[in-house]
Amino acid sequence: MKQQMMLGAALVLAALPAMAETPVAEVKYVDGAIAESLTGAPGDAAAGAKVMTNRGQGNCVACHVISAMPDVPFQGNIGPTLDGAADRWTEAELRGIVADAKHTFEGSMMPSFYKTGPYIRQGDGYTGKGFEGTLPPILTAEQVEDVVAYLVTLKE
Amino acid sequence: MLRQGRTFLAAALAVCVAGAASADPVEGEELVINGDITLVTRVAPAASVADALPEVLSGWLFRDEATRAMEMDDFDNPAMLAVDVGLELWDTVDGSEGKSCASCHGDISSMKGLRAKLPKMNAAGDDLWSMENFINDCRTNRMGADAWKWSGSEMTAMTGAISLQSRGMPMSVAIDGPAAEWWAKGKEMYYTRTGQLELSCANCHEDNYGNHIRADHLSQGQLSGFPVYRLKNAKLVSIHNRFKGCVRDTRAETYAEGSPEFRALELYVASRGEGLSIEGVGVRP
Repeated sequence: MKQQMMLGAALVLAALPAMAETPVAEVKYVDGAIAESLTGAPGDAAAGAKVMTNRGQGNCVACHVISAMPDVPFQGNIGPTLDGAADRWTEAELRGIVADAKHTFEGSMMPSFYKTGPYIRQGDGYTGKGFEGTLPPILTAEQVEDVVAYLVTLKE
Repeated sequence: MLRQGRTFLAAALAVCVAGAASADPVEGEELVINGDITLVTRVAPAASVADALPEVLSGWLFRDEATRAMEMDDFDNPAMLAVDVGLELWDTVDGSEGKSCASCHGDISSMKGLRAKLPKMNAAGDDLWSMENFINDCRTNRMGADAWKWSGSEMTAMTGAISLQSRGMPMSVAIDGPAAEWWAKGKEMYYTRTGQLELSCANCHEDNYGNHIRADHLSQGQLSGFPVYRLKNAKLVSIHNRFKGCVRDTRAETYAEGSPEFRALELYVASRGEGLSIEGVGVRP
């Protein structure tokens, strides 16, 4: 009995961080911005920098120049440079843009990173095959917060 | 000597321009094949796409100097090896009827002009056909031979050899009559944002040609060079194969090569390139 209670308590504790995450469907956008951290905690800027350059994750540099990452080759120029992004946007606004920029810029070409659909002809990653069911968002809540933590350091 | 000096200067200038402005196409360069045939790489848009593009630009203009040069000399153009295979296949008897292409069509030069008009409605008038459809129709119905795979090496060799016959001719597809609904379907596809990345053809090839996604220099996605020798694949690549790759890269479920959807898209994209010279055959990175 005592053992079972302890096991139960351990399970609750293990589940806590996940419970604090805001599921995609419950994210509240106010003028495109998201006020609260999606994880309930601050992100890790160094981890964010990795997400932003990883082709399978954020790959922000595919479309944006980040001068603070001079060792990352072939930075794209589809979107605006991210230099000084934190001078132009608040943390809440940056969070909203990373999660789903279409709330800030109507019709934006930028992919929505914290969204689960609906999509037209959703595929299974880059396989070209279809995907049945609900796709997980491109980035996890934690990864979004990590990216936001990096972006708020981009001041000129 | 003087000529060499000028060439060197032009090359140095091209490097400077490429370094300074990423929103090129390259300016002041002409696509002249073998020092002899000048191809149209810039043209005013047709009425049907005038609202979409200020100027119609060949993908050749978006490539680096070395890649552009490769296409300007048939001895340097790696696609010509496949074209030679295609010319040989033209004369090769295959199938139960003991026929080659040449048995009915004579010299392959009889195909002159065909590439510029494709895709088009078939003889029965009930389907839109790409060049691959016409080839496989001949193979299965007239030659008694097996159909070739849409993007297999025999097929791309043949489409390459046939396309070469139209080199320098202006692209001009029919988009009226029974082709009109195909064109409308293709246009709708062009502007539909697919996959988890929610990207349409237009996002990259209408709104952002000249810009870079990572190392990829975006062109208008014109078809005038197809089939193209793609250095990345080290072989001739079909139009539908490239469509497939693009749609896949939006994290979407692609369409099949040869599908009605891709044939409709091919017609619409071809119409966006009206007036560009058929390059027969292009070289791309």
